[in-house]
Amino acid sequence: MDSKLVVSPSPHVHSGESTSRLMFNVVLALMPAFAVSLYYFGIGALFVTLLSVLSCVLFEYLIQKFILKVQPTITDGSAIVTGLLLAFNVPSNLPWYIVVIGSLFAIGVAKMSFGGLGSNPFNPALAARVFMLISFPVQMTSWPLPIESRLKYIDAVTGPTPLAILKEGLKKGDTISQIADQIPSHLQLFMGVMGGSLGEISALALLIGFAWLLYKKVITWHIPISIFTTIFIFTGILWLVNPEKNADPIFHLLTGGVMIGAIYMATDYVTSPMHPKGMILFGIGIGLLTVIIRVWGAYPEGVSFAILIMNAFVPLINRYVKPKRFGEEVKRNG
Amino acid sequence: MNSIIITAILVLSLLGVALAVVLYLVAQRFKVIEDPRIDLVEAVLPGANCGGCGYPGCRGFAEAFVKTDDIGSMFCPVGGNDTMAKAAEVIGQTAEAKDPMIAVVRCSGSPEYRKRVVEYDGASSCKLATALYSGDTGCQYGCLGLGDCVAVCKFDAIHIDPVTLLPVVDEEKCTACGACVKACPKFIIELRKKGPKGKRIYVSCINKDKGGPARKACQVACIGCGKCVKVCPHEAITLENNLAYIDYNKCKLCRKCVEECPTGAILEINFPPRKPKVEGQTESVENN
Amino acid sequence: MLKTFAKGGVHPPENKFSANKPIEVLPLPAKVSIPVSQHIGAPATILVAKGDKVKVGQLIAQSAGFVSANIHSSVSGTVESIDPVLDSSGYKRPAITIVVEGDEWEPTIDRSPELKRNIDADAQTIIKKIAEAGIVGLGGATFPSHVKLSVPAGKKADVLIINGVECEPYLTSDHRLMLEKGHELMVGIQLLMRALGVDKAMIGIENNKPDAIKYLTEIAKEYSGITVHALKVKYPQGGEKQLIKALINREVPSGGLPIDIGAVVHNVGTAYAVYEAVQKNKPLFERVVTVTGKNLPKPSNFLVRIGTPVSDLIAAAGGLPDDTAKVVNGGPMMGKAVTDITVPVTKGTSGIIVFPAAESKRKAESVCIRCAKCVSACPMGLEPYLLIRMSQRMMFEKMEHERVLDCMECGSCSFECPANLPLLDYIRLGKTEVNKIIRARKN
Repeated sequence: MDSKLVVSPSPHVHSGESTSRLMFNVVLALMPAFAVSLYYFGIGALFVTLLSVLSCVLFEYLIQKFILKVQPTITDGSAIVTGLLLAFNVPSNLPWYIVVIGSLFAIGVAKMSFGGLGSNPFNPALAARVFMLISFPVQMTSWPLPIESRLKYIDAVTGPTPLAILKEGLKKGDTISQIADQIPSHLQLFMGVMGGSLGEISALALLIGFAWLLYKKVITWHIPISIFTTIFIFTGILWLVNPEKNADPIFHLLTGGVMIGAIYMATDYVTSPMHPKGMILFGIGIGLLTVIIRVWGAYPEGVSFAILIMNAFVPLINRYVKPKRFGEEVKRNG
Repeated sequence: MNSIIITAILVLSLLGVALAVVLYLVAQRFKVIEDPRIDLVEAVLPGANCGGCGYPGCRGFAEAFVKTDDIGSMFCPVGGNDTMAKAAEVIGQTAEAKDPMIAVVRCSGSPEYRKRVVEYDGASSCKLATALYSGDTGCQYGCLGLGDCVAVCKFDAIHIDPVTLLPVVDEEKCTACGACVKACPKFIIELRKKGPKGKRIYVSCINKDKGGPARKACQVACIGCGKCVKVCPHEAITLENNLAYIDYNKCKLCRKCVEECPTGAILEINFPPRKPKVEGQTESVENN
Repeated sequence: MLKTFAKGGVHPPENKFSANKPIEVLPLPAKVSIPVSQHIGAPATILVAKGDKVKVGQLIAQSAGFVSANIHSSVSGTVESIDPVLDSSGYKRPAITIVVEGDEWEPTIDRSPELKRNIDADAQTIIKKIAEAGIVGLGGATFPSHVKLSVPAGKKADVLIINGVECEPYLTSDHRLMLEKGHELMVGIQLLMRALGVDKAMIGIENNKPDAIKYLTEIAKEYSGITVHALKVKYPQGGEKQLIKALINREVPSGGLPIDIGAVVHNVGTAYAVYEAVQKNKPLFERVVTVTGKNLPKPSNFLVRIGTPVSDLIAAAGGLPDDTAKVVNGGPMMGKAVTDITVPVTKGTSGIIVFPAAESKRKAESVCIRCAKCVSACPMGLEPYLLIRMSQRMMFEKMEHERVLDCMECGSCSFECPANLPLLDYIRLGKTEVNKIIRARKN
């Protein structure tokens, strides 16, 4: 032994987990949904996704290197995840420049201006999505129809999402049974045969990814399950009260990005609470807001807004929802 | 239309007047009577809020200063004698001049003289490292070089030298506030008299081991041989626990001890270069 | 469903390479250095002088107060010096260095191998003998055992918990002791039960030691009041508070002691030492030490005389591998990295682990991504991510409010952190500062 002994404080072993590995697992978990998207939306999905990921990574690199003048950290994979999620939240026929502007907003405004990874209060991909939705409402809400648009990009055949059909129909005064034949069946919704953002459509693929994330312990069940349960119960009550004016709870769970929002966006480490109790509170908040926006609000879907609003409450939740300390109970009793 | 505008103007004016009255009454009711001299004293203080005087910030010093009976017990190390004279003038007294002080790092164990025997791998904090182990060299008293002193210095006056890995005090910037003295978990830094024209002599070592182990761990360690004690004509040097210490109030800067020290542990600062005849080692370390 | 504690915990790789290695008696060293402060509390007062002849088991340093412990010579020979020697942190501490000559034991020690099952001593005698034998908590905490057995007035113990968890990876000394000295252990437990005046003792063992669970369950039938409980494998189950929670579902209050809720916890090694002290008159001067490491040629469990240089143990285990860059005294989660391998084995040395260079240094830190893994890992329900920020910003009063003093430094947070943040380093720093603040407040 010729080298000097190393002295360091305990612990002397480490789990081997790293930020880049966590991010890599998220990317892996998104792959089934990506495959489904490629199957339904073809080259458009491929182009938008690649463009989004590349521009997110590039913007992160450029901002860190030339504006912040720090060592670029693109290898941690967080920009890739942001790029993927951003792409998954837009239609596959979105013009390239909007994708690039969205990426710039996600990385430049929503992430880097707050101090980069770990410091942003809002989920960058979602913030960018809402920004794009407000800035380019037409392009952001023209949804290519699955399968028919496989070989098309800008010129894709478009149609409304199931939730938009529902909202339109109810506004006209139609009942659920009158609209029913225009919207896909539950099985179709589950498999993803509907118009929508390119990665949000297939609940099945997203749930496979969820299972992977849970298995790899990247996320815990608390946030997604509390969102699902809240939406299910809330819409279930409305549905039981008036099944002709309110869609059934399963329909609500399978449409409008609830799956991708609950599993991948709401669980974003940086913008979600630090403790299981807080996570459940956060999830319930998102569920309630989503349903309120959907049923009484102007937009047909409400997951993005719900998550962003709850993101703003995270510091407050972290401050007031504390883990139960060991030995606390006893002290109070005794 | 006109009547709406007039009503609006009237309502807002009345509201403004009413609120002004309320504000005035409240201000009267809750008025805090404060010695006006506090503001005046605070104005002459440096405003660094370093806490070097022992009070919470310059305001705290000013508050205590106007109340105290013995201003001689208080001193602003940053502002020095000038500031103290001005502050004393404000309250109609005179401040006695004190000798300016400076922070002195009593360790010369650069890697050249003090071999690194282990490697530290942990958070960069001297305090933490001290709690964990004795240090990355054979000397358990020496500087760890992790920069707790640098972190606490409000005046950017202390830096780790990249070559010697030891803190170096910037004479111009150091205000002798003592923050680094408190921060150093090894108690290496001491406030000493800056000396006439910055000339000063001190033992740059705090190793209390016996000569053999001390020398083995570091070539420039004080080995407690006591030669300096014998040679000192002013009885300024004491030897305790194998370590020599020079009392800066007694030292007359004759430099005899510097020549005598076999390891070069005694440093002389800001003296003109000596005539040749002295061995090289002392010269190499005295230039900082 | 096996029992375990509810909150937090991690699963470090077990790496128990020496689990199948029977305990070997390490040959006598040429020289031992016995530090006089091997326990929590006041250092013992030295009774011998340079040049004195000592025997094995002779008292060479006397306990200096209630919370202190006697120190006995582990060898026979001549006292060479009473100079400070390096401890595992690199600081020089007072120690007695003895040159070994032969192996002459104090005649009062019963060296026969027979099991002595009958207990004649009463509670007071047992506690007195334990104190005389210099027994301290052998799990690594080194708290003097007689103090733990002296239940303060107004409090009452109703259960004795024996810690056979050995949740630290790599270490196997307790495991081997349970397998090889089962009956002695049982008698030791009965002695502890009598000393405490309880009629119930529970041995907690993690499920990764099925052979020990099976064997002890079998022989426990011969001893009244002792039950063996298999526990789910989860670090830090060997922590006193976690073990109590797992076995009897009581929580030690924050800032309190196990006795506050009627439990007393002792390690299996301690129970064995109690047997030897009371039944065989043998003071604590040797212990079982695991010497292990991924690249160490022969991971082993040795019965070692206190004061033996660690380098002797490593040599007996096949010698230091070339790629060694770190040697840890204790377990990988809570042990101390030593600055020098010649440091002596002390009463608290449960293992020596040799790490190859590739595993010796920490990986580069990155930023906190707020993944909350540290919060879910903390067995005390603290928020390490918050504590490190407060510590770095010197907000020590706030840290006290966030209960930083509950931290037992198990290292689960740093182990889990994907950003490799030195969470525990800064929490330790905060604890020291908070303790200073509290002391200043009292004065």
